[in-house]
Amino acid sequence: MAEPLLGDLSVTGRQGIRFPEPDVPLASLPEGLRRTDLPLPELSEIDVVRHYTRLSQLNYSIDTGFYPLGSCTMKYNPRINEETARLPGFTGLHPLQPVETAQGALALMFTMQEWLREIAGFAAVTLQPAAGAQGELTGVLIIRAYHQSHGDTKRDKVLIPDSAHGTNPATSAMSGLRVVELKSDARGNVDLAALQAECDDTLAGLMLTNPNTLGLFDEHVEEVIRLVHQAGGLVYGDGANLNALLGIVRPGDLGFDVMHFNLHKTFSTPHGGGGPGSGPVGVCNRLADFLPAPLVTIIEEGTDEEPPLYGYATPPQSIGRVKAFNGHFGMIVRAFTYIVMHGPEGLRKISEYAVLNANYLMAKIMHVYHVPYARPSGGDRTCMHEFVAEGKFDDVPDIRALDIAKRLMDYKFHPPTNYFPLIVHEALMIEPTETESKEVLDAFAEALLKIAEEAHTNPDLLKSAPHITPIGRVDDVKAAKELVLCCGVEAVNFYPKTG
Amino acid sequence: MNNPVDLKYTQNDEWVRVEGKVGTIGITDYAQSQLSDIVFVEVVVSQGEPVSKKDTAATVESVKAAADVYTPISGKVVSVNEDLPLAPETINSDPYGAAWLLKIEMSDPAELNTLMDAAAYDQYCQEREH
Amino acid sequence: MISTARKGNISSMFIPHTDTDREAMLKVVGVPRLEDLFRDVPEKYRFPKLDLPSALTEMEAHAELQTIAAANDSADDLACFLGAGAYHHYVPAAVDAILRRGEFFTAYTPYQPEVSQGTLQAIFEYQSLVAALTGMEVSNASHYDGATAVAEAVNMAYANFRGKRNKVILSPTLHPQYRAVVRTYTKGTPITLVGDEKTQTTPDDLLSLLDLNTALVVVQYPDFFGRVYDYTRLSEAVHGVGALLAIAVNPIALGILKTPGDMGADIVTGEGQPLGIPLSFGGPYLGLFATRQEYVRKMSGRLAGETVDFRSGERAYTLTLTAREQHIRRDKATSNICSNQGLMTLASGVYMSLLGKHGLRQVAELCYHKAHYAADQITKLEGFSLAFSDPFFNEFAVKCPAPVLDINDHLLEHGILGGYDLGQDYPELEDTMLLAVTEMNTRDEIEGLVEALSEVAHG
Repeated sequence: MAEPLLGDLSVTGRQGIRFPEPDVPLASLPEGLRRTDLPLPELSEIDVVRHYTRLSQLNYSIDTGFYPLGSCTMKYNPRINEETARLPGFTGLHPLQPVETAQGALALMFTMQEWLREIAGFAAVTLQPAAGAQGELTGVLIIRAYHQSHGDTKRDKVLIPDSAHGTNPATSAMSGLRVVELKSDARGNVDLAALQAECDDTLAGLMLTNPNTLGLFDEHVEEVIRLVHQAGGLVYGDGANLNALLGIVRPGDLGFDVMHFNLHKTFSTPHGGGGPGSGPVGVCNRLADFLPAPLVTIIEEGTDEEPPLYGYATPPQSIGRVKAFNGHFGMIVRAFTYIVMHGPEGLRKISEYAVLNANYLMAKIMHVYHVPYARPSGGDRTCMHEFVAEGKFDDVPDIRALDIAKRLMDYKFHPPTNYFPLIVHEALMIEPTETESKEVLDAFAEALLKIAEEAHTNPDLLKSAPHITPIGRVDDVKAAKELVLCCGVEAVNFYPKTG
Repeated sequence: MNNPVDLKYTQNDEWVRVEGKVGTIGITDYAQSQLSDIVFVEVVVSQGEPVSKKDTAATVESVKAAADVYTPISGKVVSVNEDLPLAPETINSDPYGAAWLLKIEMSDPAELNTLMDAAAYDQYCQEREH
Repeated sequence: MISTARKGNISSMFIPHTDTDREAMLKVVGVPRLEDLFRDVPEKYRFPKLDLPSALTEMEAHAELQTIAAANDSADDLACFLGAGAYHHYVPAAVDAILRRGEFFTAYTPYQPEVSQGTLQAIFEYQSLVAALTGMEVSNASHYDGATAVAEAVNMAYANFRGKRNKVILSPTLHPQYRAVVRTYTKGTPITLVGDEKTQTTPDDLLSLLDLNTALVVVQYPDFFGRVYDYTRLSEAVHGVGALLAIAVNPIALGILKTPGDMGADIVTGEGQPLGIPLSFGGPYLGLFATRQEYVRKMSGRLAGETVDFRSGERAYTLTLTAREQHIRRDKATSNICSNQGLMTLASGVYMSLLGKHGLRQVAELCYHKAHYAADQITKLEGFSLAFSDPFFNEFAVKCPAPVLDINDHLLEHGILGGYDLGQDYPELEDTMLLAVTEMNTRDEIEGLVEALSEVAHG
């Protein structure tokens, strides 16, 4: 039985929360501007709480099980982060209040900027971007601004590997740059010859995810970066896969000029059913002047007795604002708490165990699920924090990654990312993260192997999966053709369904 | 794939049927099978509008993909298929017939010489299936 | 106050592996040590020493964060009369109770509908509530905030005209930060932004800028100075040249005021923070975005749509029109946006459900009456006068007898967070303060503000 909608539960006259009567004289409402009707539902608090509680019970979540989604880094979301983010000294702060009254928050933000700089090896960091995609936009706009400031207006080309996340080309196009796709070589690295061929004076930059979406650390990353720099371009790092590199290597040291962080991936802030994220951006020295404004900074140095006075500054050649106010402060507090609790040794452990978990899982299933860019263990290359397997069997052509994904749900696992990256057929991108135990990984491997068996002996189980989830597969075609995006939420006077 | 022999084809999976000075344009069987169930189609040029080769003439959307349709020929738009947007699935069932997108009065018939014939297009499609 | 010199233990409580686990796993992988997994990393950069403070246990971390939080004066400590795009409203206890359910906040984007109906139906209901509130036909699953929502509206209008119209008119009383964000977003595009070079005083002043090259006109409601106008006539003029009208709203005002949908808006954006989301020093907030059915395919951002579950035949929800989005269209996508504000849409959905038809009107009325009472009392003081005579909702601009900075210093001494200094964005509005009043300001607080201001009047 589907959970009723708000409009179904609404009863005329109900109200979930009441407010005090006005304690001031009433002013007359503006002529001609009054609303005639407010078609919102009427529910008591118990109705609302039950409705949303029941909805929550239809969800899979990290709190209920394993989520091996490649490039999403679905690690455990610490509860302590939820406590610290909710401290009234933080939640009650208005973004525009005088800086003297918000020194705690500003100190936290400044320190966070410093810590992210240190972790990734950059000269300066902005915390303003709201999400990874916005971080990318910020980074690409900075690259563009840099070239413009040097009069290099011919540089409008951005190189993007074929394994890249869709936000990379979308971001470049949004910034008025043209995208040229770079193919990967047979070992999953950037093809150096292809790169060389594109290194000319129209090159603005290269957007590189390293390790890439195949979970592989580029074997020639230094050469790749050198070639781009030599041609006058800049290198943008997509930091989605930073979970493999904490305390292992700093992208800034390798030569990346600008990189975005995903606090909601690497730094444990919750995914919230789709957001909010947070996408700080780090830059090298020569790009620091272009960071978005405002940047949190020390406006008066501290002394032995007095702490510094924190405030805002506008970088001299700033690209401007990318978001109103300060960025996602609530997420920054969570990530800050996370770093406080890990320290340098803890951060390194995160990456060590994230990479161990991925390699372990890969080793357990690769004899059945082909990993096209795999590096066999013990001697040759290994994967980093994730790997991509093919969700298909040559002798059962009818079974595809989609079917395997759906059947995994019957084993109480969330499916891995599928059909990405585009360069692997029937891709299953698997990232376990460091917070999963050996027991969970063993169970997941076992499920995958069982499903492989079922594909051969009883494929219909996969085709008709999932069976035990709250609902079965949905009609995507109907959803797109007969667009129903809203419904009436009132108890009476339903709006006709639009679509 | 039974690609009609009387049509010309492009690498972007458009077809052209030539009748006198008028070229009719649509997308091929290969294209519709790659896109799968089409849910939306919109011709973005209007009757009487001049178009140049490679201009975007239409957009087609399925659940899993969206594609732009480019005109392989230059000229003036003489007719647009008004029925198609109401039944986008026609592209899946009848890509070469009822699912024509628009008709253009050609300004430069020599452009047709750069297009593939049915045999070449068949080969091209086979090469793509690796 | 952030201690950097201390001795801590290696805290890896979120990593469950024992030494035995690790050894067993390394054996299966076939390498002797963890370090051997990183041979692809250039040796000279491998395993850097990070200059960060050592780890703290949860107990210690909690204490540290409490110290940092205590070094702030929040709206809980002060009487808050500051608005300018972020407002101090009451957040009902049930909102956070729902948000703290792990099934909501630790869930991922609902790409697998079979196990995400909770998130998907909540998004669908949020879309429905926003459409109902704004008087529009469809809403998306949100943008990052009110500012980026306007930038996305500009994108959408430009895409709608396929690049044939490239002028966008921005009202000067659209929030200065929103206009700044739009400028950043339109760098590198052929879009020209006009209308806000100098401060005009009414919507009619924008009419002279309309032409056949105009793609979009953007106004705010209530505007940045708190004033409310009926934009119906403007919308007729905008449509007369074939352009689109976007109205950026404060959703609380829509508890009692005529909707932008009724005025003829084609796009409605807004900052949803007042709907159950705390001030939180600026974020995360919520970008409202609604439009008419005919433009739905041009709209960026996630969309939850209704469909059926094949297994039961019953109503179910899924993300739809995903072909527009970056993960499929890549460089042809209208926008690069990937995430929505997820948990924030849930917060506002719960808020709107709890308050409902009567509660939201109540809150809006309280804001309105209290603001008008405050304005009445303040303008009785010598040297203080309203900067504008237009109707307003809960924010108003006051011409003051002294610089706003000085007045606010004085107010702080009385435990009051004063209003916004309009002179920083509008040079001709020096010594003019923008004050906001909400249901959270008691009559005592308002009278306290008036009394503190009267001390300024007397020098």
